[in-house]
Amino acid sequence: MKRRWRDSGLATLMLGPSAVILALFVIYPLGKAIWLGQQRCGVTSCTNSGFRQYIDAFRSNDFQDSLIVTLKYALITVPIGLVLGVGLAVLADKYMRGVSIFRTIFSSTVATSVAVASVMWFFLLNPNVGVLAEWIGGRAKTPGLLQSEGLALWAVSASSIWANLGFTFIVVTAGLQGVPKDLYESAYVDGAGGMRRFTNVTLPMISPTLLFATVVLTTRAFQSFGEIDLLTAGGPKGETTTLTYLAYGSGLATSNDDGLRATVSVLLFAVLLVLALVQFRGLEKRVHYGN
Amino acid sequence: MAYPSRVAQVRLKNLTKQFDGVTAVEDINLDIADREFMILLGPSGCGKSTLLRMIAGLEDPTEGEVWIGDVMVNDVLPKQRDVAMVFQSYALYPHKTVQENIEFPLKVRKVPKPERAAAALDAATSLGLAEYMARKPGALSGGQRQRVALARAIVRKPAVFCMDEPLSNLDAKLRGETRAELIALHQRLASTFVYVTHDQIEAMTMGTRIAVMSRGHLEQVGTPQEVYDKPASVFVAQFVGMPPMNILPAGSLEPGDHLVGVRPEHLHITAEGPLTMMVQLVEKLGHETLVTGVVGSKRVVVRQESDEAHPVAGDLVRLSAPEATRHRFDATTEQRIDR
Repeated sequence: MKRRWRDSGLATLMLGPSAVILALFVIYPLGKAIWLGQQRCGVTSCTNSGFRQYIDAFRSNDFQDSLIVTLKYALITVPIGLVLGVGLAVLADKYMRGVSIFRTIFSSTVATSVAVASVMWFFLLNPNVGVLAEWIGGRAKTPGLLQSEGLALWAVSASSIWANLGFTFIVVTAGLQGVPKDLYESAYVDGAGGMRRFTNVTLPMISPTLLFATVVLTTRAFQSFGEIDLLTAGGPKGETTTLTYLAYGSGLATSNDDGLRATVSVLLFAVLLVLALVQFRGLEKRVHYGN
Repeated sequence: MAYPSRVAQVRLKNLTKQFDGVTAVEDINLDIADREFMILLGPSGCGKSTLLRMIAGLEDPTEGEVWIGDVMVNDVLPKQRDVAMVFQSYALYPHKTVQENIEFPLKVRKVPKPERAAAALDAATSLGLAEYMARKPGALSGGQRQRVALARAIVRKPAVFCMDEPLSNLDAKLRGETRAELIALHQRLASTFVYVTHDQIEAMTMGTRIAVMSRGHLEQVGTPQEVYDKPASVFVAQFVGMPPMNILPAGSLEPGDHLVGVRPEHLHITAEGPLTMMVQLVEKLGHETLVTGVVGSKRVVVRQESDEAHPVAGDLVRLSAPEATRHRFDATTEQRIDR
């Protein structure tokens, strides 16, 4: 009994620093946000509306519209980003002279900040001076993709996909390097062509990597703010107002109310939590973690 | 499940392989007869796996020709060569069950499902795997995985089996058992086996012929007994046989400027032998005793029966070797001299 007390004292001492950091920077802010999410705030003071504020906010048109925009945004950026990332990683996973140059190019976007990427795409898509706008023509010229209803979300998605491509490429490349070469050779001798080797060897063997990339990309899509703020400011007509933009953006119903912003943030947290659980539960059965 | 009669002679003509200017295999000529169990034996890096991979189609020759049957297969894809390969790592698909693994080559060839299930069961049953069909490789022992790899190779009834050190990941006991199973499998399938190993016991016990390789060259091709009894070079003499053949300096055992090789079992400790050995180590192995010492500056091993009188470390003993048991090698080229 004495020893257990002595051990628990030591354990507390060891765990203490981590516990303090966790409490200060995670638990306290989360608790504060949950508390603030029950307030309606003006410029100087807040009034308590209770937990019902979460339900009301969730049911509101603004939140529902933003949730749908966010889902659309994730459904565009995650699959396309994954397909492009896997495709480029597979192409660059060859022992060819000069392939390292391509690897560097493909992974370079990971070192590019959202702000830089957004400004770059802003100019590329600018209807007056943008090269891409010039090539695409039509609505890309007038009024411009970022201003076009029905296309603005796709334009922002393009920027986001590009910015995240480096991350996906690096993660998938690392996954590919863990696939034993013998498996490909065995399949090759057995008569499997390139596509069959890809579906029967590559994809199953990198499935844990793909699950990880899917969860991270989805989370990033739900948390996207920079590109939307810089490229479209949530417009046109709220078509690019994602949940994060609803929580942080300006010129919206929530903009002047810290309480409502906290409500949206906490709801976003809940949505992401559910989504991550669904992804892990749903996809884990299809994921193979080796022997 | 003997296969339909197909001529699967493998012929390698002037085969050379270079990797970035480094020669792995040089000017190899080798005829492997139909239904032969040919062993490619040599130390690590001698080019034996490269040679096997060129037969399977996993490497393109830099020069020379690979023939399977009457077809020159240099430009033929592996899947069209009628060759199956068993890898050292087994290369089983970890996400597929044993059944799916075995069926895979047939699935690729679009064999209908009932047919391939029957073939897989047939192959699995012949290797004692029928009860593991629903398991994944991760749930199998090393020996069972190795058998799944074999079943996957035999299921499509190839003309030639290429095996790249398939037993090297097994423990000694299982390796012994599996050697016997492979010999039985070769007899049952009546196919051509090309088997790479660095283990001389595998080579001696399994092969109908052995091709001994060193530094990308073929040193000798012959039956295990021929290779043991008449090694073509000092390298073969020392690589085949355990302990290796003793190579004595020119002039030490008999007059002349050639090297003399004597197997440890042919050296005898006698009172009036021409060689003097300082005994350093005596190892009693139960059924035999190995006496190690130095003759001049050369390390020499003598194999004695366990019931013979053994010297002890520090003794000076005299050695002799009957004339008929001596092997002679050119001191410069190290090639065998036949008298």
